[in-house]
Amino acid sequence: MEARSAEELLARAERAEAEKLRLITVHKDLELEFDLGNLLATDRNPPTGLRQRSGPGLEAQLRGLARDNVQLLINQLWQLPSERVEEAVVARLPEPSLRLPREKPLPKPRPLTRWQQFAQLKGIRPRKKTSLVWDEASKQWRRRWGYQRARDDTKEWLIEVPGGADPDEDQFAKRLQAKKERVARNELNRLRNIARAHKVQLPSQGGMHPTGYQSRAELGKAMQVAKVSTASVGRFQERLPKEKPPRGPGKKRQFQPNIGDFAAEKKSQLELIRVMNSKKPRMDVTRATNKQMREEDREEAAKKRKVAKGRGGKRKGRPLGPGGKGKGGPPGPGGKRKGRPPGLGGKKGQRQGGKRRK
Amino acid sequence: MRPLTEEETSTLFQKLSKYIGENIQLLVDRPDGTYCFRLHKDRVYYVSEKILKLAVNISREKLVSLGTCFGKFTKTQKFRLHITALDYLAPYAKGFGVAAKSTQDCRKVDPMAIVVFHQADIGEYVRHEDTLI
Repeated sequence: MEARSAEELLARAERAEAEKLRLITVHKDLELEFDLGNLLATDRNPPTGLRQRSGPGLEAQLRGLARDNVQLLINQLWQLPSERVEEAVVARLPEPSLRLPREKPLPKPRPLTRWQQFAQLKGIRPRKKTSLVWDEASKQWRRRWGYQRARDDTKEWLIEVPGGADPDEDQFAKRLQAKKERVARNELNRLRNIARAHKVQLPSQGGMHPTGYQSRAELGKAMQVAKVSTASVGRFQERLPKEKPPRGPGKKRQFQPNIGDFAAEKKSQLELIRVMNSKKPRMDVTRATNKQMREEDREEAAKKRKVAKGRGGKRKGRPLGPGGKGKGGPPGPGGKRKGRPPGLGGKKGQRQGGKRRK
Repeated sequence: MRPLTEEETSTLFQKLSKYIGENIQLLVDRPDGTYCFRLHKDRVYYVSEKILKLAVNISREKLVSLGTCFGKFTKTQKFRLHITALDYLAPYAKGFGVAAKSTQDCRKVDPMAIVVFHQADIGEYVRHEDTLI
């Protein structure tokens, strides 16, 4: 009994071992390539094992394949030299063999600054200078520029008033002011260089500079900007006698998104079609009635004129101009014309014709 | 590329309704897929949703054409129908031209008068090769 149970135990243990080994050993036709530095495992086996092209079975097969490959990778990791770091067993990874491509594109070469352009043009080469200079006053080596530099003229304790200067002028303040101006100018030039490098247009430089050649468009733009640069944003600015009021910037149109709601688009279009179709007979009726009424008015006007003509007796060779006026000759101007002699009326008629033409 | 505004859609539909009448809804609401009108550089294209989603990835300068070009809007916002729309209009067509004179006048007119305005013909494929997209 005991022997059998012992045998059974051993068999069971052996089976368990085999099971474990089976779980962690994976058979592959072609060995995987490992780049443990990147935790990368490359499987070059052709995927002949994948029977199904799509469907639920494919998912299971892919998952099995992934599990096998990950198992092999982990097996490799366990073979690396390990060390303890704060109660955790850590494997030391080797150097990665696969070189990853650049994340960002190569930086573009910067455009030259104004000084660099000038130096290139003139052929000026930078001369190597020493970084420290001997300062007589403090009897030590001081740097050429920067903090505690050798010859800092703002730090002088005695300044002689120069020959032609005002005796009450503060020479120390004058030097400090000059330094501030130099610093500001330097900063401005630096920013201008950066703006040139990024092709960003500074607002003061957007074609608007006080001197130099300016095209007509630039002058116009400068005038527009100047007009709007008031406290009331150009609302109460006087205008020259014949100047037109300025055009506003106008409203920016908003459109529907390109890939919006297709169903909503369809619905609105169908609605539009329905309205269009339903409107058709209605429009025609109104138009037809208006047209009819206009015809009747025209006929009545023509009749009246004929009767009046017959009574008046004066023959006028000039054609009445309902065509010119467009909306049918109303009796008003026609009446006026009748009263005048032809000569004067001719001139008047021509002027009227001119007006009509306009 | 953008969808048409309300006015543009109504102009387009009015023009189309002259040819296919009420069957425009068959163009808008198709059983075999979602098709829509899109405007690109003043031209109106009739394109399926699938192709539209692909075309969205092409920049405006590089995009030449998509789907079928139905026609274009002129500078004064009038719609000009192109011959390339024929495939979609032919199945639903009501007539082939715009009448120049009313029915009554057609009867009393002299033999050389214009009766039908030419809208498009098959020769346009060759004659307007450069401008048809």
